[in-house]
Amino acid sequence: MNASLETTLQSVLAAAPVPVQLTAGSQWPELVVAPDDWPTLAPFLRDHAELRLDFMFCLTCVDWKTHLTMVYHLNNSSCERVVVVKSVLDRQQPRVASVANIWRTAEFHEREVYELFGVHFVGHPDLRLLILPEGWEGRNPLRKDFEDPVNMIRL
Amino acid sequence: MFKEVLAEDQDCLTLNVGPQHPSTHGVLHLVITLKGETILRVDPHLGYIHRSIEKMCESLSYRQFIYVTSRMDYLSAHINNHGCALCVEKALQIEVPQRAQVIRVLMDELTRIASHVLWWGAMAMDVGAITPFFHAFREREMINEIMEETCGARLTMNYMVPGGVMYDLHPNFQRRVKQFISFFKSKLNEYDELLTDNIIFKQRTQHIGVLRREDAISFGATGPVGRGSGWACDVRKRAPYECYHQLQFEQVVEQAGDCYARYLVRMGEMRQSLSIIEQLIDNIPSGDYQAKTKAVLKLPKGEYYSRVETARGEFGVYIVSDGGTTPYRIKFRSPGFSNLSALDHMSRGHKIGDLVAIMGSLDLVIPDIDR
Amino acid sequence: MISLEFILQSVDRWLRDRLGHEVAVAVEYVLVGLFVILFFAVLGLVLVFMERKVSAWMQVRLGPNRVGPGGTLQTLADTIKLVSKEGLTPAGADRFLFNLAPVLMIVVSMLLLAPIAFARNVQLWDINIGVLYVSAISSVSVLAVLIAGWSSNNKYSLLGAMRSGAQIVSYELSAGLSVLTIVVLSGSLQVSQIIEAQQTGWWLFRGHVPVLVAMIIYLIAVTAETNRAPFDLAEAESELTAGFHTEYSGMRFALFFLAEYANVFVASAIGAILFLGGWMPLHLGNWDAFNRIMDWIPSSIWFFAKTFFFIFVIMWFRWTFPRLRIDQLLELEWKYLLPLGIVNLLVATTIAVAGWYF
Repeated sequence: MNASLETTLQSVLAAAPVPVQLTAGSQWPELVVAPDDWPTLAPFLRDHAELRLDFMFCLTCVDWKTHLTMVYHLNNSSCERVVVVKSVLDRQQPRVASVANIWRTAEFHEREVYELFGVHFVGHPDLRLLILPEGWEGRNPLRKDFEDPVNMIRL
Repeated sequence: MFKEVLAEDQDCLTLNVGPQHPSTHGVLHLVITLKGETILRVDPHLGYIHRSIEKMCESLSYRQFIYVTSRMDYLSAHINNHGCALCVEKALQIEVPQRAQVIRVLMDELTRIASHVLWWGAMAMDVGAITPFFHAFREREMINEIMEETCGARLTMNYMVPGGVMYDLHPNFQRRVKQFISFFKSKLNEYDELLTDNIIFKQRTQHIGVLRREDAISFGATGPVGRGSGWACDVRKRAPYECYHQLQFEQVVEQAGDCYARYLVRMGEMRQSLSIIEQLIDNIPSGDYQAKTKAVLKLPKGEYYSRVETARGEFGVYIVSDGGTTPYRIKFRSPGFSNLSALDHMSRGHKIGDLVAIMGSLDLVIPDIDR
Repeated sequence: MISLEFILQSVDRWLRDRLGHEVAVAVEYVLVGLFVILFFAVLGLVLVFMERKVSAWMQVRLGPNRVGPGGTLQTLADTIKLVSKEGLTPAGADRFLFNLAPVLMIVVSMLLLAPIAFARNVQLWDINIGVLYVSAISSVSVLAVLIAGWSSNNKYSLLGAMRSGAQIVSYELSAGLSVLTIVVLSGSLQVSQIIEAQQTGWWLFRGHVPVLVAMIIYLIAVTAETNRAPFDLAEAESELTAGFHTEYSGMRFALFFLAEYANVFVASAIGAILFLGGWMPLHLGNWDAFNRIMDWIPSSIWFFAKTFFFIFVIMWFRWTFPRLRIDQLLELEWKYLLPLGIVNLLVATTIAVAGWYF
């Protein structure tokens, strides 16, 4: 099934409006897209008749110390068709377009990533702190260089 | 302290529901904007029980981090542990013995029943009927005792480990589970008599908090919430793990998308879980309960994702490994977090009493949302 | 035979003999006042204990069973705790109104005891418009709730009080209409005469279907009027935390609590008087032997048995049903109970005029 999905993806992505790099991935096919191209690709992936990746089940970010990687896990709502989309962001000024208007679950997930990683989502309807109390803007606990002498215990 | 929602209208009332409120079941804080009793907007403020489990896991080994996940959705502790164990096994390509698989599924389904039973009582209490809560606890207590006997704990079991389960089943397990099955079957009918057909309960839940199918998908509202909206999203069927593909069970799907549909889905799921347990309880294969694994687990460099169906929906574990003994990054996709994001959409235009019913039907567990 | 009536008359005679008419009456006033306060205290203890035991029984648990024999002193211990607790007044509350509300509430409940006949010829005040008096006084309690909700300076309290206002004012109508049904049949507003009219049989048995309907409407309406589940929207624990008395603590909370139970008692007592003949024993047609045995049971026992039956039913409601929503609550009253009550009254009047009752 994975193989057929990959061939479908290859043919579909040939017609994609933006350049996308397709790799096999460890578990599911992975797409790497430039942050600027993501807002164009997202509706394409969701609305394409053969893919219909309308269910975003995970949205997160990984801090690689040199850069941040946004990871979006997409799936089809009626059959298993998981595609992982990745986008590499600049660590100093992480900015990427919000997809909250495409997958509404992204609204909360992006707010979470915003406060934990400091990624700025352009076009997010309501980008505020969600979990952390006010005053934590700019301090991003899930970044690797985050230090909190009071609350963190190094093992 | 919090940014006030600017009401377009001077007649609006901003009301803080929570963090201490009887029906938020924990420390959830909702800032709701009211006009009279009608809700214009719900703005959840999370984090009162945020422990940053994802950050903690970055300094815990692959055996240790599973314990922390019991503290997330504490009502589905087994299933959370299960998801983590699956992810590690997938990375290390460990073959789980048949016996361990069956034990895991049995425990998962018992957990699901325990969680749904508690939800049933809490839902009834949210709409104002207090008695069902106590009836529900009686049944949950039986499951807890079964769990205690085998796992040594009642709430945070930590029973699933990479490669299988921690201990073998207690000799009493089969007998007590069978006792529970026969007892619980009659009680389920009692539940229906007490609440399902109650006209006040129906009035309070039907056509309340309607979530259409496409919205459920867009919000990523999985579990009984998604299935109540007509979306067949059960991971046990979509991407079967362990021995679920060999079992006979139905995916309970309702089309209405209102609170009552979600109620019916959970009631149906309790029956389905019972049937799964009945299929397995006499057919537990003999053999090892745990595969042989190394003392120190090192995951190969890469990314691993596993999904399980908890009582609340799809639970995902995303491990990014750099080849070391601790995860480089862990993300838990908790079902409650996505389900909660649909709350605002569902409760607009309803009354305060409906908000409580909607929250009840979402079955929110706050530590699962905050993590 | 020793009856409540006999005891009271002996006390009266003894006082008059010793003190003369005027002083005796003055002393009796004081005694009655003391009696009402004492009665309320005992009533609170008994009803709270009863509620806890009834709910425990329905919820497969034991209920209070540690303090005193069988847990009977638990409510006393709770009362002592409440009395000794600090009564907080929230900042920004209207102090005068905030303190006034619980007192008003309890005074209203106490006034309601006046026309109730506890036994044969035992009544504090046999006013000739007894039933009307009860209806009039009980509607004052909504003022106390509104004052409490408004003066607390708390949004939950305010919402609870507003709900309560709408609710009590609406359900007053239905309760009044079902009371009128009996008034029409008895031909009197006076409590003692309503009971006398049931000499040959209780209205529930003599009045055909209309009285049964009236009784059901009455039970629903008083449950709503006393803010008890499933109509406890003013408190609505899972929605408004505690509604209008969210900010009250200590003795002031205890007064609200007590008033709720006192109101349940009064409502049940009025119900027993109207539909089940108050202290009137159960008489069956010409079975003289049976009737004599029934007469032998003291009238006060009859009264309390009937009243506690109604109290039990109201408690049963509370521990069984989910709560209605405010719009559904008002819908039930204005769309169903009120029209039904009016038609029912019409039918009852026809029966009364034509003399078709037994």
